[in-house]
Amino acid sequence: MRIGVVTFPGSLDERDARAAVRACGGEAVELWHADASVDGVDAVVLPGGFSHGDYLRTGAIAHRAPVMTAVTAFAEAGGPVLGICNGFQVLCEAGLLPGALLRNEGLRFVCRDVPLTVVATDTAWTRAFTVGQTLIVPAKHGEGRYHADEATLDHLEAEDRVVVRYAAGRNPNGSARDIAGITNERRNVVGVMPHPEHAVDDALIGGVDGRGFFQSVLGTLDPTGA
Amino acid sequence: MPRVAIDVLLKREILDPEGRAVADALPGLGYAGVDDVRVGKHLELDVDADGDALDERVESMCRDFLTNPVIESYRWRVIDEHERADA
Repeated sequence: MRIGVVTFPGSLDERDARAAVRACGGEAVELWHADASVDGVDAVVLPGGFSHGDYLRTGAIAHRAPVMTAVTAFAEAGGPVLGICNGFQVLCEAGLLPGALLRNEGLRFVCRDVPLTVVATDTAWTRAFTVGQTLIVPAKHGEGRYHADEATLDHLEAEDRVVVRYAAGRNPNGSARDIAGITNERRNVVGVMPHPEHAVDDALIGGVDGRGFFQSVLGTLDPTGA
Repeated sequence: MPRVAIDVLLKREILDPEGRAVADALPGLGYAGVDDVRVGKHLELDVDADGDALDERVESMCRDFLTNPVIESYRWRVIDEHERADA
């Protein structure tokens, strides 16, 4: 299975995302922001970083990149798309996911492992988990405070579209209703603020809880991460 | 060519931690009696259009790209040379 990882100018985590894809048994395909197509891949990852220097708003300029026209068409056709951190911001700016990511409530850049609670497992990217499972995944962001109006938040919860929440009392950025990740109506597009691609190799920084995201889409359902 | 100034702020119901930090700092600097600080963006641009066409172009740019209506609100106006904020 070929998974495309898009690099925008200012992306940081595309190499780790590609390594995570390979570590979980997929073939990683490099996509560039100026590409006109997604090269026939089976899934797309928009990685973390600071595309276009976060100028104007996070993700605002990246979502106008030529490749995003192809990613949007791919997503609308049901193709699995995962946005991580800046990728989540890009998906919100592109309107593929509702809401927006704002400056952290405490103004501090957050860089630490955070415990997440899995809420929805019927998405393209979370099938390998079980509801209620706790994941330890690194977060590193200055603008990760998820915001949507109350009606949208109610709608997301009513449709079970909150995918992961920060564990109770461990919300690092003031996100509404502890939301760390959401999905679209069709459940093929997922945005998540912490970084599962950094938690796939026990020998590196410890922990493999991020593997499940990639294993879910790859269909290699191995919740042990072995 | 008209020069357009656009002011952008987070919507009133959205927490602005930067504004709050500024408000918290002011009393310590001797500036008492200041409250409800909001920090936003001021954009200026020359736009090659007039009248209704100018209105449409600016509104369209603001809605589509320069602001995010999910989180921000904005006001814009045509300014004279002496009103430029970059003096």
